[in-house]
Amino acid sequence: MPEIFGVPVPVLYGQLLLGLVNGSFYALLSLGLSLIFGLLNIVNFAHGTMYMLGAFLAYFLLQPLGLGYWWAVVLVPIMAAGLGIGIERTILRRIYKLDHIYGLLVTFALTMIIEGLVRVWFGVSGLRYAVPDSLSGMVDLGFMKLPIYRAWVIVAALGLCLLTWAVIERTRLGAILRAGTENPALVKAFGVNVPLLVTLVFGWGVALAAFAGVLAAPLMQLTPQIGHSIIITVFGVVVIGGMGSILGSIVTGLGLGLLEGLTKVYYPEASSTVIFVVMILVLLVRPHGLFGKQ
Amino acid sequence: MRKFKGCACALLACTALTAPAFAQDNEIHIALMTDLAGATADYGGQGAIEAVKMAVEDFGGELNGKPIKIDFIDHQNKPDIAVTKAREAYDSGTDMIINLSNSAAALGVIEIAKAKDKVVIVTGAGSDKITGEACSTNAIHFAFNSYSLANSPVQALAASGDTSWFLIVSDFAYGLSVEAAVTDAIATAGGTLTGTVKHPAFMASDFSSYALQAISSGAQVIGLSNSSSDTTNSIRALKEFGIGGDQKMVAFTLLINEIHGLGLEQASGLLFADAFYWDRTEASRDWSKRFYDRVGRMPNMVNAGDYSGTLHYLRAVEAAGTDDAAAVLAKMHEMPVNDVFAENGRVREDNMMVHDMYLVQVKTPEESKYDWDYLNVLETIPAEKAFLPLEQSKCPLVKKG
Repeated sequence: MPEIFGVPVPVLYGQLLLGLVNGSFYALLSLGLSLIFGLLNIVNFAHGTMYMLGAFLAYFLLQPLGLGYWWAVVLVPIMAAGLGIGIERTILRRIYKLDHIYGLLVTFALTMIIEGLVRVWFGVSGLRYAVPDSLSGMVDLGFMKLPIYRAWVIVAALGLCLLTWAVIERTRLGAILRAGTENPALVKAFGVNVPLLVTLVFGWGVALAAFAGVLAAPLMQLTPQIGHSIIITVFGVVVIGGMGSILGSIVTGLGLGLLEGLTKVYYPEASSTVIFVVMILVLLVRPHGLFGKQ
Repeated sequence: MRKFKGCACALLACTALTAPAFAQDNEIHIALMTDLAGATADYGGQGAIEAVKMAVEDFGGELNGKPIKIDFIDHQNKPDIAVTKAREAYDSGTDMIINLSNSAAALGVIEIAKAKDKVVIVTGAGSDKITGEACSTNAIHFAFNSYSLANSPVQALAASGDTSWFLIVSDFAYGLSVEAAVTDAIATAGGTLTGTVKHPAFMASDFSSYALQAISSGAQVIGLSNSSSDTTNSIRALKEFGIGGDQKMVAFTLLINEIHGLGLEQASGLLFADAFYWDRTEASRDWSKRFYDRVGRMPNMVNAGDYSGTLHYLRAVEAAGTDDAAAVLAKMHEMPVNDVFAENGRVREDNMMVHDMYLVQVKTPEESKYDWDYLNVLETIPAEKAFLPLEQSKCPLVKKG
C-alpha cells in the first residue's frame, strides 16, 4: 500500500475528508462571527453559545414536541434568529459606540448565563440526538466508508456559506449593508433604515450558528460546553482569515479543518494548538489576517 | 436611600456568609470540594452534595452535641482555584475535604492538607499517583483509581482471547494514568498494544479522526483511556464509523449517568469495571432509591463513595473522640468500611481504601426491564486483585522488606 510519511494513502484521504467536515463547521461559524463583527463591530463571544443552543433546541423540538430533524433544520434557525434579534434590540444596541471590549464582556456574560441555564435544565451527562433515518448509513468511497450524514454536513454547510456570500457580495441588499457599515450616516440620508439592517444581520449571524448546532447535534453527545470548546478555535479561524472578511472566513475555515485533520494523523497531541500556531505566524506577517483589508 | 439600604443589606449578608468559622475543638466541619456545575459535574455536582448530606443525616447530624457543618465548594475544575479554596477552608476550621473530582486538583489539595495537617478524602479523581508517588498520610483515596478500573477488563478479555489493543487516550493527568495502568495490564496479560492516539482533554468534540485510526488499526480491542464527555463522544464516533463485530470496545471510566445519556443502543455490550452498581444488593437498592428521590437519577460509584467516605470519617472521629487529624486517620485505618458502598473495605498502608470491584457489562435494550436497569454484574473482583499489590507500590509510606 502506498504511504505518505508512514501513513497509508487511503487512511490519509479518510482523515482529510473528516478534516473537511470539521472545516465546514468552522466555515459556517466563523462566517457568522465575521459577519457580525464586520457589520456591527461586536466581538460576539456568545456565538459558540448560539451554536450550543441550536443543538439543544433541536433536541427540545424532538423530545417534548415530537418534531424531527427536518423540522429542526427549518425552525431552530428561525427561533435563534428571534432570540438574536431580541438580544440585539435590548442589549447590544446600547454598546455600539463603546470600545470593543464592552461587546466582548456583554456577550461573554450572555454565554455564562445561557450556558448556566442549559446546564441546570439538561445536566452535563450529555444527551443523545439520533441521526435522522433518511441520512443514516454509510457510503463506500473505496478509501473509506463515510457516514452519509457527514457528507450532508459538508453540502449543507458550504451551501449556506456560499448563499450568504452571494447575498452580501452580489445583491443590492448586500451592497446597502456594506455601505451601511462604511458610512451609516450617509446611507441613512438616502432613506435606508440602517438600525433595522443591523438587527437583521445579527439575527442572520445567530441563525447561521444555530444551524451549525443543528447539523452538529447528531454527531456528538450534547453537553452545555460544546459551544465554548469550538468557539475558541473559531476565533482563531476568524483572526487568520481576517476579521470581517466573508470569503476569508469560508476559505480559512475549510483550510484549517484540513490542517487540523492532518495534525490528528501525524501528531495528534498538537491538534488543538496547530490553529493557534498558524494564527501567530499569520499575525506576524499579515496583522490584518490573510484576507483582511486595511 | 432605599437603594443604599438594599446595598448595605446585601453587603452585610455577604460578610455574614464569608465570615470565617473559627476552629473549635471537636466541632466537625466538612467541605465537599468538587466540580459543582462544570464538565465533570457527574463526578461531583448535585449528586455529591446530596450524598454527603445523606451521610451526615444517617450519622445523626451531630457529634458531641454540636451539629456537623458541611460546606460546598466549587473548584470549577481548576487546580489553582482548588488549592486556594482548600487553603482558605482549612484555615477557617474545616477538618476534612472530600471528593476532589479532577486529578490535577486532587493532587494540589493533597499538598495543602499535608502542610496544614488536615484530612482529605479523594473520591472523584482516579490518578494512581494519589496513592503512588504522591501519597500522603493525610490523604485517603476512596472510590476508585485507574489501576482498579484498568486491570480487570484487560484480564477478562485476555482470558477470552482478545489480546491486541489500540488506545484512545485523553492527554491529561487522569487519561495518562489510565494509559499507564492499561499498558502495564496488557503486558502482564501477555497482550500487545498496536497503537495509541492522544487527544486534548475536554476540548475535542469531534472524535471521528481518532475513531477511524482506531478501527483501521485492526486491533481486537479499542480501549478508551479518557473520561466524561470525551468517553461518550469516543463511543459515538466508534459506533458511527462502524466498529466491526470482530472489534470490541472498552471504556475504562464510565459512570451510569453517561450510559443513561448515551442510551442502551449505543452503549450495549460495553465492558468495564465499576465500584458500585445501584441494583446489586437489597441494601444498595434501598439506599439508591433514597438518593433517586432527592436527585432524580440513580447514584454512580463516585456518589456512593462520597457517602461512604463521609460516613467512615464521621465514625472514625467518633471512635477517636477528637477531630485531631492524626488520631482520626489512625482510626480510619483501624476500622473496616462496611456500608452500602463497600463490604469489608479497609484503608491500606498506601492510604488506598481497597474494596471489591465489579466487572460489569451494559445490557442490550431488550435485556433492560425497568428504568436504570443498565448493567449485568459479570464478576466480583476481590479487593486484593482489584487494586495494585502493595509490593509494587511506589508510595514512600509503604515499608518494603
